[in-house]
Amino acid sequence: MPGRAARLLLGTLFVLFLLFLYGPTLTITILSFQGPDGGLTFPMNGVSLHWFGRLFQTQAVGDLGASMTRTLLLAAMVTASTVVISLAAGMAFRRRFPGSGALFYLTLASLIVPSILVSLGVGLLFNRMEWEPAWYSSAFGAQLTWTLPFGLLIMFAVFNRFDRAWEEAARDMGATPWQSFWHVVLPIIAPSVVGIALFGFTLSFDEFARTLLTAGSGNTLPLEILGMTTTVTTPVLYALGTVSTALSFLVIGGAILGMRLLRRRRGV
Amino acid sequence: MRPDVELIGVTKRYGHGPAAVDGISLAIPAGSYCCLLGPSGCGKTSTLRMIAGHETVSEGDILLSGRNVTLLPPAARGTAMMFQSYALFPHLTALENIAFGLRMRGVGKAERLARAAEFLRLVQLGAMADRLPAQLSGGQQQRVALARALITRPKVLLLDEPLSALDPFLRTQMREELKRLQRELGITFIHVTHGQEEAMALSDMAVVMDQGRIAQAAPPREIFEKPASAFVARFIGGHNVLELPGGRFAVRTDRTRLAPPPGGASLAGQVAAVEYQGAAVRVVVRAPDGQTAEALLPDGLFHAAPVAPGEAATLGWDAQDAHPLSPNA
Repeated sequence: MPGRAARLLLGTLFVLFLLFLYGPTLTITILSFQGPDGGLTFPMNGVSLHWFGRLFQTQAVGDLGASMTRTLLLAAMVTASTVVISLAAGMAFRRRFPGSGALFYLTLASLIVPSILVSLGVGLLFNRMEWEPAWYSSAFGAQLTWTLPFGLLIMFAVFNRFDRAWEEAARDMGATPWQSFWHVVLPIIAPSVVGIALFGFTLSFDEFARTLLTAGSGNTLPLEILGMTTTVTTPVLYALGTVSTALSFLVIGGAILGMRLLRRRRGV
Repeated sequence: MRPDVELIGVTKRYGHGPAAVDGISLAIPAGSYCCLLGPSGCGKTSTLRMIAGHETVSEGDILLSGRNVTLLPPAARGTAMMFQSYALFPHLTALENIAFGLRMRGVGKAERLARAAEFLRLVQLGAMADRLPAQLSGGQQQRVALARALITRPKVLLLDEPLSALDPFLRTQMREELKRLQRELGITFIHVTHGQEEAMALSDMAVVMDQGRIAQAAPPREIFEKPASAFVARFIGGHNVLELPGGRFAVRTDRTRLAPPPGGASLAGQVAAVEYQGAAVRVVVRAPDGQTAEALLPDGLFHAAPVAPGEAATLGWDAQDAHPLSPNA
């Protein structure tokens, strides 16, 4: 137990950290409730939902509805692919296969390579091949280079602690390898699989650098927001920030709630 | 009687190192309780896992009821295994865990749950059907694991250190229960343990293993009274292994006395330790040549003529109690 002074210092540091973490989000949230005549900065000129209403009308610049739809669809695709591929790869890596070491380091390398270079590379490749870059092809691939290594690392951690005796017991009782996966392995690691899905979704939802040069003509939401920061001068931008932050919290909260319910059903 | 389980020259090698199990041959009579006993790394668990089919056999054959099962998968052998960690599925209730084997065999839900309930009663856990493993105590988890292994009606039950995770009180209780179940079901139990007390209490046949080989396979009384080697005598405990003028001998500590009987053999030295154990007192004597031997004396006998560390003392025993050992094993 640290002393009084140390606790005070650590406490202050922690509060500062929280302020640093949530201050900007909070500021934007507050400003998004700016009155109809309010501007981009404090002071608040009244309180209203005006800018949220404006969000869903046609914009002079930017198409929020379409970019939001694209982003959500892309995030769903990335999430599903990340879960399926990480799970399969995690199972494969449990036993050494020829080239498994090299494959592992190659996978990790894409975490280290600067995102913007990955984006540039994928963009250039599509250009050379004379393929049309689009959010559902080139951007999808570029985002997977980011989410897959994370998913795989989580699976490694999961299977490191996974007791092989469970599978042996299933085999002992006559389960086929597929039955053992479906009835034993998958239910036991389900919480981690949900975690990977959440990870994939949030990484994709706000991914910027890897999408920048690969999204083609249809912008994703983060790209659209960047475009708007330079052109839009109304708090509608803040309203957008508030809505997308709320959406993120909703997804995470929903996942946590789902896991709680699942656990309660199991009675843990 | 035809043996239930027969091992013929069974060898297990991991990589290029020395064999973990080195050409062992063993016949276990049907309906008997057999303990594989030995220090860690002696190959007892590998042997069990090869019988179960969870480890491939490098050389040799395994026969169950006269059928060669060396290459068969675990579920096709007629064995069932109870794992050291129990390996209960954490997401299934006690009842569902027990029903798992039937579920994999495609038995309908109502029937398999009814049969699982029957086995849950067999291990006296009828009220715990809906509990998850995490909500059960260690002893209860073990009973569930036992019921789960028995529901497929195996001819041979394989138990990997089943009592090691339990506290001493529970261990004795479960020991009795395992023996009772084995008697009632009349099937063969093969039980891996490193505790000689456990093996003595349970087994009809104890197999002492050392460095991948069988050091001695016999009823426990025979092992205790006529250990085949110095290793067996030391491992089984309760023996002094001594180099005497006539060769190497094993002498039971409870047959060793502080006064040499007329015509008996003896070892003179200095008392190195005196340990009070309640009903008995353990006296350790060190001879001038460095050998130590101990006597386990009934407390009455000790207190009639007590000794203290540092005093001179002579241990003695009847000549017939000195069991000769081969000098090199």
